[in-house]
Amino acid sequence: MPRREDIHHVLVIGSGPIVIGQAAEFDYSGTQACRVLREEGLRVSLVNSNPATIMTDPEIADATYVEPIDVEHITKVIEAERPDALLATLGGQTALNAAIALHDAGVLERYGVELIGADVDAIQRGEDRLKFKDIVRSIGGDVPRSEVCHSMEEVRATVAEVGLPVVIRPSFTMGGLGSGLAYTDEELERLAGTGLAASPVHEVLIEESVLGWKEYELELMRDGKDNVVVICSIENVDPMGVHTGDSVTVAPAMTLTDREYQVMRDTGIQVLREVGVETGGCNIQFAVEPTTGRLVVIEMNPRVSRSSALASKATGFPIAKIAARLAVGYTLDEITNDITGETPASFEPTLDYVVVKVPRFAFEKFPGADPTLTTTMKSVGEAMALGRSFPEALNKALRSTETKDAGFGTRPDPAGLSKDDALKQAALPRDGRLYAVERALRLGATVAEVSDASGIDPWFVEQIEGIVALRREIAEAPVLDAGLLRRAKRSGLSDAQIATMRPELAGEAGVRALRHRLGVRPVYKTVDTCAAEFEARTPYHYSAYESDPAAESEVGPQDERPKVIILGSGPNRIGQGIEFDYSCVHAATSLRAAGFETVMLNCNPETVSTDYDTADRLYFEPLTEEDVLEVVHSERLSGGGDATRGADGRWTAGLAGVVVQLGGQTPLKLAAALEAAGVPIVGTPPAAIDLAEERGAFGAVLDDAGLPAPPYGTATSFDGARRIAADIGYPVLVRPSYVLGGRGMEIVYDDETLADYIARATEVTPDHPVLVDRFLDDAIEIDVDALCDATGEVYLGGVMEHIEEAGVHSGDSSCTLPPITLGLSDLEVVRASTVALARRLGVLGLMNVQYALKDETLYVLEANPRASRTVPFVSKATGVPLASAAARVMLGATISGLRHEGVLPATGDGGHLPAQHPVAVKEAVLPFHRFRRPDGRGVDSLLGPEMKSTGEVMGIDIAFSTAFAKAQAAAAGPLPTSGRIFVSVANRDKRALIFPVKRLADLGFEILATAGTASVLERNGIPAQVVRKHFEGPDNIVDTILAGEVGMIINTPVGHTGPRIDGYEIRAAALQVGVPCITTVQGAAAAVQGIEAVIRGEITVTPLQVLHERLAKARATEGV
Amino acid sequence: MSRTDTKPTEALLVLEDGTVHRGESFGATGRTLGEAVFTTGMTGYQETLTDPSYHRQIVVATAPHIGNTGWNDEDDESTRIHVAGYVVRDPTRTPSNWRSRRPLADELERQGVVGLAGVDTRAVTRRLREHGSMRAGLFSGDGLATEREMLEAVRDSPQMAGADLAGAVTTAEPYVVPAEGERRFSVAALDLGIKANTPRMLAQRGIETRVVPSSTTLDELLDGSPDGVFLSNGPGDPATAEHAVELTRGVLERGVPLFGICFGNQILGRALGMGTFKLRYGHRGINVPVVDHTTGTVAITSQNHGFALAGTPGEHVDSPFGRVHLSHGCPNDDVVEGVTCTAVPAFSVQYHPEAAAGPHDAADLFDRFAALMGGR
Repeated sequence: MPRREDIHHVLVIGSGPIVIGQAAEFDYSGTQACRVLREEGLRVSLVNSNPATIMTDPEIADATYVEPIDVEHITKVIEAERPDALLATLGGQTALNAAIALHDAGVLERYGVELIGADVDAIQRGEDRLKFKDIVRSIGGDVPRSEVCHSMEEVRATVAEVGLPVVIRPSFTMGGLGSGLAYTDEELERLAGTGLAASPVHEVLIEESVLGWKEYELELMRDGKDNVVVICSIENVDPMGVHTGDSVTVAPAMTLTDREYQVMRDTGIQVLREVGVETGGCNIQFAVEPTTGRLVVIEMNPRVSRSSALASKATGFPIAKIAARLAVGYTLDEITNDITGETPASFEPTLDYVVVKVPRFAFEKFPGADPTLTTTMKSVGEAMALGRSFPEALNKALRSTETKDAGFGTRPDPAGLSKDDALKQAALPRDGRLYAVERALRLGATVAEVSDASGIDPWFVEQIEGIVALRREIAEAPVLDAGLLRRAKRSGLSDAQIATMRPELAGEAGVRALRHRLGVRPVYKTVDTCAAEFEARTPYHYSAYESDPAAESEVGPQDERPKVIILGSGPNRIGQGIEFDYSCVHAATSLRAAGFETVMLNCNPETVSTDYDTADRLYFEPLTEEDVLEVVHSERLSGGGDATRGADGRWTAGLAGVVVQLGGQTPLKLAAALEAAGVPIVGTPPAAIDLAEERGAFGAVLDDAGLPAPPYGTATSFDGARRIAADIGYPVLVRPSYVLGGRGMEIVYDDETLADYIARATEVTPDHPVLVDRFLDDAIEIDVDALCDATGEVYLGGVMEHIEEAGVHSGDSSCTLPPITLGLSDLEVVRASTVALARRLGVLGLMNVQYALKDETLYVLEANPRASRTVPFVSKATGVPLASAAARVMLGATISGLRHEGVLPATGDGGHLPAQHPVAVKEAVLPFHRFRRPDGRGVDSLLGPEMKSTGEVMGIDIAFSTAFAKAQAAAAGPLPTSGRIFVSVANRDKRALIFPVKRLADLGFEILATAGTASVLERNGIPAQVVRKHFEGPDNIVDTILAGEVGMIINTPVGHTGPRIDGYEIRAAALQVGVPCITTVQGAAAAVQGIEAVIRGEITVTPLQVLHERLAKARATEGV
Repeated sequence: MSRTDTKPTEALLVLEDGTVHRGESFGATGRTLGEAVFTTGMTGYQETLTDPSYHRQIVVATAPHIGNTGWNDEDDESTRIHVAGYVVRDPTRTPSNWRSRRPLADELERQGVVGLAGVDTRAVTRRLREHGSMRAGLFSGDGLATEREMLEAVRDSPQMAGADLAGAVTTAEPYVVPAEGERRFSVAALDLGIKANTPRMLAQRGIETRVVPSSTTLDELLDGSPDGVFLSNGPGDPATAEHAVELTRGVLERGVPLFGICFGNQILGRALGMGTFKLRYGHRGINVPVVDHTTGTVAITSQNHGFALAGTPGEHVDSPFGRVHLSHGCPNDDVVEGVTCTAVPAFSVQYHPEAAAGPHDAADLFDRFAALMGGR
């Protein structure tokens, strides 16, 4: 069937901000979908509130709406665009839920919009657990015994029949939110209660526990002719009980015979057909009882999922791209497999390698959170690795995660650990459980003992046991000869790991030198979907060590163009996420267009950068010194050495260099080592990076440039820190040096808390000093992204004013661009300071500077000579592709040249915007509701200098009020237009808040307030109802919020002690029920403006393309 | 504890073109010669190894871990391992599966099958893809010799083209596999290398199968007036299978419903006057798409063939038995994957509807055969 002729215009819904359970993989799938649909000649409109995505780049769709993903805003988009069809199966659960809501609201019917991919009935059949179970049974499949419950009474009755433990799964939530396993009645009460609350339809499934069973997933695709193929099988190393997103997973399935696999395949296909997903991808999860082989179907996602992204990267089969084509009418046999260029997509990929995915957690960011892994997903990212065997892929994946452990044996065992201790740890499903498995084996446990304790299939345990035996052999061998070294590398052990076993080799560098002398180098194989049966046209490579002397590497010669290797950012984590991938993708695109051969190196499957057609070549490899150096070697072999740049500015063929400044801290940390190994680094030189990162040197730079900074000092002991604090005065900001996302950063107010911090949060040594800065209370924080070229010309990308109080990490605070309260003279100081800094540091490419404006003085807080988290936001807000320009600058282009080319505006920059510039507001999205303490209570939702948000949204409109309202709606749900608003503010803010609160009262809101605030309001003629504070006993404000009786909260923190704690309780409650919570005076004023705009119906939607076009015209007319 | 108490034995794969891959011995040691072919299935090594169609072939598994689920007592597709040799990258020492009875290496050793592990199987596969399936030898233990001697041995071994191998794998005596439940039809199956799952799947459809040796006469084949005749899969060059082709013509002349698979497809084709040819490296895997040109739908199929029928899928051709529809094709390379006679009740496919190993997408072909026998 060729493409449908009745569809001309498709609306695609994205997945919104990055949250746990829904990350950058949907940028990957959504971007692919939009591109494919446009290739088909269709008009594509897009709604996605997340500015950090490639998907929302104005080139990806015809009309890009960076708007909240809710019925109200999407309806406006549909009114404006009048699409024929809506594609919602590529934007995760968010898009699917939005589509259902649009259907329920009658919007789709009213405007004649057809839901393509999966229709409403299919979505409901797949997602409604009861219907789904009936479907599985109807095709003769087996399911765990269960009952759907709508109340606690029903829950209790069911458990009386099924018996504990049981699994609790709320309906219609994503990433398993609200689900869990109850072993006791107490746990049952708590989990089922929150599960009922978390489900939009107040429904939970209580289910027979399949805890400890083997867990599998199939990724399937179906076309309009009912052809179905299985793209990938995935086996979870962690057995049932741990969410698949939190499990170590392997593709393909390792421990199934063909008979069992085919039963799974048949079941999956029948389920898919019966559910009726018309076209596209779906994911089905299975559990297998390990001793009998009983197979039960657990669940399905009638859409492209996180696992689909993993499966796409694992196999080379682009599920989202194909799904988009199927949705507009093509059949699988009509679509060509990109990789081979000849064979059709109607086949099942086969792998001649093993893929391992390891999750990346962020428990250290949430003190007190229970680190036990459950059926609620908690990981914030993942790393994937490919190898020619499971041990090779596993070891590569472990070192890709960039955690404290860089693979087995890279840190000493806890002192006095016994075999039994290790076995107990292996039994606990926690982050890094495989390390406990390895330790247990090393301490003498048998494969059977470890498997029994952990529930991990003996096959995997035996493979790890093989690594243990090999390590012992390496440590005990009289000499590390070529054969043994090759076996070590073939098992995926890193040079650093081998170095720990052979101290005489003097560390990682010594092992590497020996290895190279013995000629032990990796070969690079190709991901080709077909196990080499057909020739691959896409250079998607991974490294492997082979022992066969006739082994071959498949990297072809490319010696015609200069090459650039772009280092990606590795697994997503808090503080380093999709924003950095965005910049890397831009570098690949713009450098390719400028004539370079682009080579991407990354290990994160949830990204656009690891799409095989983003760069000219892709290496799916860990971002470690060793792995990067080997890729550099491979590319030098392929390109005939290094390139040089002539006087005319042209590069010769060969390796021009490695880009380290776009992928965040991960590649930046490698810069010095790479340079020391003779690898050319393009952009800001490593010495300049050090200058900015090393506090003393940076202080000298500031002094030199005459720029003020808050008083600070560097301490190597507690006494030293105390002296500095006494000297500069409390409050002080303390942190370890070299951090990203504010790791370990805290504001302390006295000696006591300083001592506590030093003892708890950091090991202070002369090698690891702590930085102590004066903390500027009440300052306005300002963020600047700037570009500096080799001539020293500086382009200000954007100046952002934080809305949040000082002391909240910039990644967690909302900000506005252009700034709303800064005067022209302030902006001139910002410009002059930024220019001075960029030149002094010797920046070539991007730099981010954070300033604090207090009492007319602009203090420099920090400068980072790299792409920042805000680069995509600035690019969307100002219509300028900053990262693309930066990549060009790193390879020799000048700002004036880029202005001439049209990459940068002909005149003006982001520091001086035309008056008609739209206002963009960025708001952070926080993951606190994902975490629970061991006692089951919510974690502290404290915001501070350490970043905790997982993602962000953008609201963009002509005025600040409407932009702010949109940002709030996108991040936390719409602002209220009627009902009750709770106000509790610090004394210093009471005066400033009288007017906004009065306005709310005039607009018809009922005001609730704590006693102090209420009295001030009453005296100003604003009626307010007094409610108790949290610590004042029952029926307090927290209870009122939890009961859903408050529509918005205005709560400004008083200080650092008691009242703040109350604020956190309020904030936590607000979070739990999804009520907007405003914490600053400016925020409250902004919210009131937003509410008025919403009430007046002033919210309109405008695509980025139109906004950018208007901006370009304004720039031209205003000459800025 | 130690896994390395016995030092691995060196073993070599020597290809006809002189390429040598060095690894370790796996299973039995010694010397074995055959045609090197690769199979891309990620599951089902037990079924593959016991598939008679692999007779005299050295099979290279592209899946890197082999032996994970051990060897069980249920999944054999014939009475023994048929491959001439087995080349893998990483054999599993300790299998894990609830049905496993012993490690794969033990079974290979017990049946005297020479294996090789630890070579770059992807490099071997790419060579076979580019240069075509070729003669090869595995050498280990007593079988080791100088490279020159080993290469000579390989080059002296017979080619697959022109090889008549059905006689080597067929049953010595006829045997009957009864129908499950009520017997609806009886079928005479010509055993050219039949797999156990074929009669099993016929039986599930109420069909009794009498499996007869490949040297059977037409009278013997049609003894008891079976409702249909089945031509099985099997090894070797179809151009040598004159006897089977003759039998098939006899069946067609008598109008007895006929169904052939794999080698049987080539036999029916030749009986209809079509030519056969050797593919460069064949179709061996369980992920091969086949387009049914009658319905336009795609099945993912299990395949194992080095020869194919000449022709263009989708076309109709004339034959001594009337018009023939080249009803199925592989969209990867446009190889004919099935023929359907329009004037006589006969059809065949180049792939394995009985799967084992592989997907069950084509299982309904047995229903189609039953329908043909039922006169529908």
